[in-house]
Amino acid sequence: MKNLFLIAYLDIRESLRSKWFYVYAVVFGGLMGLFFITGVSDSVVMGFTGLSRMMLIFIQVTIIILPIFILITTVKSISGDRESNVLEYMLSFPVSLRDYYWGKMLGRFVTVFTPVFFALLLGVVFGLVHGGDMPWHMIGLYSLLLVSISFVFLGIAFWLSTIVKSSDIALGGAFVIWITLLAFIDIALMGLMLQNRLDDNVIVTLAMLNPIEVFRIGAITLFDPELTVIGPVAYYLLDTLGATWLMVYAVVYPIVVGIVFAFLGYTAFRRKDLL
Amino acid sequence: MGLVTIENATKSFMGARVLDEVSITIDAGDRIAMMGPNGAGKTTLVRAMLGFYRIESGSIRVGGFDPMKQRVKVLENVSFIPQTPPPVRLSLDELLSFVERSSGTERQAIIAEASRMDLDVHSHLKKPFFKLSGGMKQKLLIAIALSKQSNLLVFDEPTANLDPKGREQFYQLLTEIDPQTATLFITHRLDEIEALVNREITMDLGKVVNDARL
Repeated sequence: MKNLFLIAYLDIRESLRSKWFYVYAVVFGGLMGLFFITGVSDSVVMGFTGLSRMMLIFIQVTIIILPIFILITTVKSISGDRESNVLEYMLSFPVSLRDYYWGKMLGRFVTVFTPVFFALLLGVVFGLVHGGDMPWHMIGLYSLLLVSISFVFLGIAFWLSTIVKSSDIALGGAFVIWITLLAFIDIALMGLMLQNRLDDNVIVTLAMLNPIEVFRIGAITLFDPELTVIGPVAYYLLDTLGATWLMVYAVVYPIVVGIVFAFLGYTAFRRKDLL
Repeated sequence: MGLVTIENATKSFMGARVLDEVSITIDAGDRIAMMGPNGAGKTTLVRAMLGFYRIESGSIRVGGFDPMKQRVKVLENVSFIPQTPPPVRLSLDELLSFVERSSGTERQAIIAEASRMDLDVHSHLKKPFFKLSGGMKQKLLIAIALSKQSNLLVFDEPTANLDPKGREQFYQLLTEIDPQTATLFITHRLDEIEALVNREITMDLGKVVNDARL
């Protein structure tokens, strides 16, 4: 345990020196700034205006780019170190594999979560300056959902990073996972529904298993409790589970999936050849 | 029992056997030049000793410990210098902190050892390790390895990036190592380290084909 925080700290330092971190931070912070500059918060679309309107757009953007950002920047974490022989050197010191793996994951969680969280805080500050009611309850829940979505993709990325030897394959795998999950939030789901090829329960189950869809439903429930803005599957889930349990599920399920994948990655890291 | 005991170690990659029933014992004070053509299994053997590769059959013990199951115990007493300095993105300051805290090696000892090879660590502390020149990187890795209190030093072509003066300084430092410390050099140039070794092991096609005391 003694080296876990050391590895986490060093991973954070390393990330702060990397260009990807600045691109990542600028994209999220910049988007929030852009929303204000372009007057998104002053517009009214389907009843949403002010901070709610801006947060809704931020969520839509987060759904698309946060998973791929996390996957791309993290999937090389171990596979890249393995390929460049950094792993060979760092693990030639008396550091346990447990400390190394979980330390890396902790460090990477901090670096992927912080910029998104700061972007959210930036929105809150803009909202306060702009005046109007501040939906603190909504902001708290949305922060939890961000933790949850960050964690699941971090777990998947670490799993991929440990099971493949080449970082190019890891990158390709990450892209396939992202595009598949993204397709199944709307396009593929609606296609399946329209074609009536699958039972409705299967379609609902597919939606509930997809962490991006779960995040999307959870996040939009915060702004639109009736879920009138996003499709029938979400509405069915809301109707079946109720608002509270839907939110609990949206926060807990991705974390559980993230933990499962992270442990699968750790098991592979321990049991397979390290190089 | 030797410091390192390898018995019938076997390892394959994609069906090709890279270690074929290898048995070697390394005792305290052994200074070994390990040679052989590319693909002979030298690096694989070292990596198995350091717990990077899981052997399929046979056994490896380093200091009495299993490198896969007790890797921390094994690595507490081993220093390793890779053939090519890895592109570590940490600054020198961070790298030294990692070495200090993970292995208990004192920073001052590393800095002193590096200065004996004309490497001024202080003036590069904030610089990322990968931005140093090849020779500087190698000198720092050597200084770290020599400062760490180990029973076994493993060098994989340690002088590949050093200029003639750097090599001379490195060989001078090696003459000062505790006589009880075992050293294992993977090398293609026996002539350079002949005076420093007392044993020569040659590998080919995953087997030990020669093991001679000098």
